[in-house]
Amino acid sequence: MSENENDTLQTPSPKKSRPMTRKRRRLYIVLIAMGFLFAAGALVLSALRDNLVFFYSPTEILEREIQPGQRIRIGGLVEEASVVQASGEVSVMFRVTDLTQTIPVVFTGVLPDLFREGQGVIAEGSLNEDGVFQATNVLAKHDENYMPPEVAEALKKSGRWQEGAEMNGENGENAAP
Amino acid sequence: MHRFANPNVFLRLSNRIMPWSTGVMIASLVAGLVFALGASPADYQQGESVRIMYVHVPAAWMALFIYICLAGASAVALIWKHPLADLAAKASSPVGACFTFIALATGALWGKPMWGAWWVWDARLTSMLILFFLYLGHMALANAFEDSERGAKSAAILALVGVINIPIIKFSVDWWNTLHQPASVVRMGGPSIHPSMLTPLLLMAIAFTAYYVTVVILRLRGEILARKIRALRMIRVQAESKGESGPYLREI
Repeated sequence: MSENENDTLQTPSPKKSRPMTRKRRRLYIVLIAMGFLFAAGALVLSALRDNLVFFYSPTEILEREIQPGQRIRIGGLVEEASVVQASGEVSVMFRVTDLTQTIPVVFTGVLPDLFREGQGVIAEGSLNEDGVFQATNVLAKHDENYMPPEVAEALKKSGRWQEGAEMNGENGENAAP
Repeated sequence: MHRFANPNVFLRLSNRIMPWSTGVMIASLVAGLVFALGASPADYQQGESVRIMYVHVPAAWMALFIYICLAGASAVALIWKHPLADLAAKASSPVGACFTFIALATGALWGKPMWGAWWVWDARLTSMLILFFLYLGHMALANAFEDSERGAKSAAILALVGVINIPIIKFSVDWWNTLHQPASVVRMGGPSIHPSMLTPLLLMAIAFTAYYVTVVILRLRGEILARKIRALRMIRVQAESKGESGPYLREI
């Protein structure tokens, strides 16, 4: 800018009575503006909190009394020994659990490779009158643990395996092995 | 600080840094690729597709890191008006946009086989897409005005406003239910990633950082030289207009 910057020649002195320089004023303006920006951002985000979640857990769905037919996503673990695929049919039935509540799911279509019992999944669809979730799409969610298969085997053998702990509640702390 | 804002000091300094940053980039990229593609194990549940991580994650880190650099340079440019800060911001945003695009593209390629979807509108993916648009907006705004200083100033304000997106990207996976898994490396309680897979990841991160340093130095040099040439032309035009012949008749 064309403004005269004679303050660059002054060394910053501890004198407090010095009139505010342009630089200092600009610094304060930027800091205050950033403060307001972050406050506004925090308010917007807390107001939109419910709309920003990608899926609800079975507990949340039962608490919220979601109407049948309303399109939602549910997320949780595929309950052990719950996957049933009737012979000659393409529909798969399984139960999604957050270890507190469980919702039965019916899905017709291709499941992702990572889909298996004990795995985190997100199903998109709606509840029917009987409380069964009719999924139109199923996505697999994997956790943040990465390790070679041998290490996973060793952990399972030593009993320090915590599969699916990440789905328990709202991204609960998952102790890393 | 003021010393490094002098373009000539910067040019001399950059001559010293360039060989090092280039060397580190090549060495860590070669080592990182050897580990990423061969000398690291497959994942226990994702199999071989986990190797996408060695490009995806460092690219996403760089997207955030470069944005922080961009915002820092913009703040310095707005408050202290250092001559190099605007140029550094202008040089950084296309590099950041590229890394963001790489993170989004590799994420889609990784998401399809693992999640079962190329793209979902969860908080992490959406905030990352917004980051990409912020970079594009910065590039467009910086070049939108005839007067380059006005453009730089508006772009700097956009860069500072966009900073709010950075903590949202980082913590989106903790604040909201997302399809994207939580952080594996920068997290409380240490990395949840096996050391044999962390090695290639960190090597690639070093390579990408060195690449950014190298490319920004190259771009800054180009900008500085372009401005010097422009200034010399202005001087010549002014000198000529003082003489008898008009400036418009001569080809510059």
